Amino acid sequence: MTSAMTYDPDWMTTLNAAFMQNAFLAGLFISLAAGIVGYFTIARKSTFASHALAHIALPGATGAVLLGVPVELGLGVFALGGALVIAALGKKASQREIATGTVLAFATGLGLYFARMSSSASQQLQSILFGSILTITDDQIISFAVFDVLLVILMAFIYRPLLFSSLDEPVARAKGVPTGLLNVLFMAVLAGVITIAVPAVGTLLIFALVITPAASANVLTTSPFAAMVVATAICLFSIWGGLVVATMFPAPPSFVIVTISVVIWGICKVVEKNRN
Amino acid sequence: MTKTTTSPDEQPCIVARDAAVKHGNRTVWDHGTFEIPTGSVTAIVGTNGAGKTTMLNAELGLIPLSGGSITVLGKPAGEANAQIGYVPQTYTTEIDASLTALQSVLLGLTGNRFGFHPVTKKQQAKALEALDYVGIAKDANLRLSQMSGGMRQRVAIAQALVSEPKLLMLDEPLANLDLQSQHTTVHILAKLNQELHMTIQVVAHDLNMLLPILTGAIYLLDGHPHYACVNEVLDAKLLTHLYGTTVQVVQTPQGDMFVTPESDLHFGTNTGEADTHTVREVTHFHEHNGSHAADKDHADTNNAAAPHTEATTPHCAAPAATTASAAMDACATAQSTHSSASEEQ
Repeated sequence: MTSAMTYDPDWMTTLNAAFMQNAFLAGLFISLAAGIVGYFTIARKSTFASHALAHIALPGATGAVLLGVPVELGLGVFALGGALVIAALGKKASQREIATGTVLAFATGLGLYFARMSSSASQQLQSILFGSILTITDDQIISFAVFDVLLVILMAFIYRPLLFSSLDEPVARAKGVPTGLLNVLFMAVLAGVITIAVPAVGTLLIFALVITPAASANVLTTSPFAAMVVATAICLFSIWGGLVVATMFPAPPSFVIVTISVVIWGICKVVEKNRN
Repeated sequence: MTKTTTSPDEQPCIVARDAAVKHGNRTVWDHGTFEIPTGSVTAIVGTNGAGKTTMLNAELGLIPLSGGSITVLGKPAGEANAQIGYVPQTYTTEIDASLTALQSVLLGLTGNRFGFHPVTKKQQAKALEALDYVGIAKDANLRLSQMSGGMRQRVAIAQALVSEPKLLMLDEPLANLDLQSQHTTVHILAKLNQELHMTIQVVAHDLNMLLPILTGAIYLLDGHPHYACVNEVLDAKLLTHLYGTTVQVVQTPQGDMFVTPESDLHFGTNTGEADTHTVREVTHFHEHNGSHAADKDHADTNNAAAPHTEATTPHCAAPAATTASAAMDACATAQSTHSSASEEQ
């Protein structure tokens, strides 16, 4: 992919820098997790929950900076806590969405409050909101890889029951699928994906990385598995493409990543409209 | 109980004994005592909020009973669900995720299996067979999101069929479907009942489409579910109370029967208000003996409905002739349980 653009030696040098290699690796791990989980999030009609979780995680991140503990720890704890609360709210969509939205608003406010309590947290706020994929560390890369391995193993084990409970919840329940347990499990997995994806594009733009590629893939494919593969590919193309373009024409990577993802989605929507 | 079961085949499919369900402190229904014969086609009828879907959920063991018992296919409710096909009313909801008809049906076979299991050729063939049975094998690879409500409902039925259930439960299978799709669905249900001898239970608020295949009905009238065979359900006065609005049973010269709201002509002599009996008055309708003594205070309704009711009586056993005698037996049983229950009140 990069070979087509090798005419500019300057940005090739940048791309070969260690922090850039980490960014590409992070993009790979984030894409795999987002591609798998995105399909289920749409099938379960939990896309709003995924957006909300990222925001609920915000005070965790700024709070972690305040306390001097790793940002990922704060993100993960708050996202998981939020995920379990949303899971407990059940599947009654209207009530759940109001409660989720209310908690989202409060959490965002709390995130700002924590950020203003210390100057270091305040400096971190922008990178948490909009992401900073160029500052991913080696330790983060290892934790992303471990998360992806666990995710793939878990998904291989629960794939069909999770699919059944996502697409035909009442029937799955009647057939003895533990839908309540799977709901909690899925929300916990979603919290994990949010935790690893926030460093790349931030809490505000995460929807475009977890949900939008899966929505595009749903238009292009007919099977759940194919949708996950294609969503991963679109996500990867967006992140890697975003990194390359943002290096060629200096721009915030998050902006370019999200733009690519949204443009692909727009094209898919046109394709879908013409097909029906 | 005068009649005892003679062979395992004649064992009732569903037996409820004084079953009751509560939502919080509110009793949805109680004193549910009925038997649904194996091989029958039963409607669950009642007004909105009478607890029709609750009945399906109780029979599936998805909600706990607050009293009594329900036995399905010889086991306590919920334990024989592997042999039950369930079609909820979800085919109307929007589907955003990509999924073909065939994959949806396959979930009926593989959806409750944890672990890594690639789909086998045999499972694929079975799913196609189920789709073929409901007449949409050619659309197996079409996305659900591109299908009409009627087609998606057939996919849902195929998904329920693919595990070869003995009992099929459908929640409002005819709602939101156009006339042709309603006919197709009824035709599929009739085929399943006659060819595969499946016992079928349908939640319905419009009985007309189902009348030709119906053996009987569970009616949720006054908070107590009861079973009645079809000739007893097709009683204008019973239906009037069931729906809380004046209903008449009409028979065409061709022998088809219809349940219709009373025509405007009758409103000249009628107050036009819905018939609203108290529970005490309504219990008289449980007797099914044709002498509705309690209804003297509703003389206009009586006059309007009675001639139609009588006209239908000789044809009561006409629908579902093959299962009629079994149904009549079941009715005798139900009625004896029934009158003893009424006496207790």
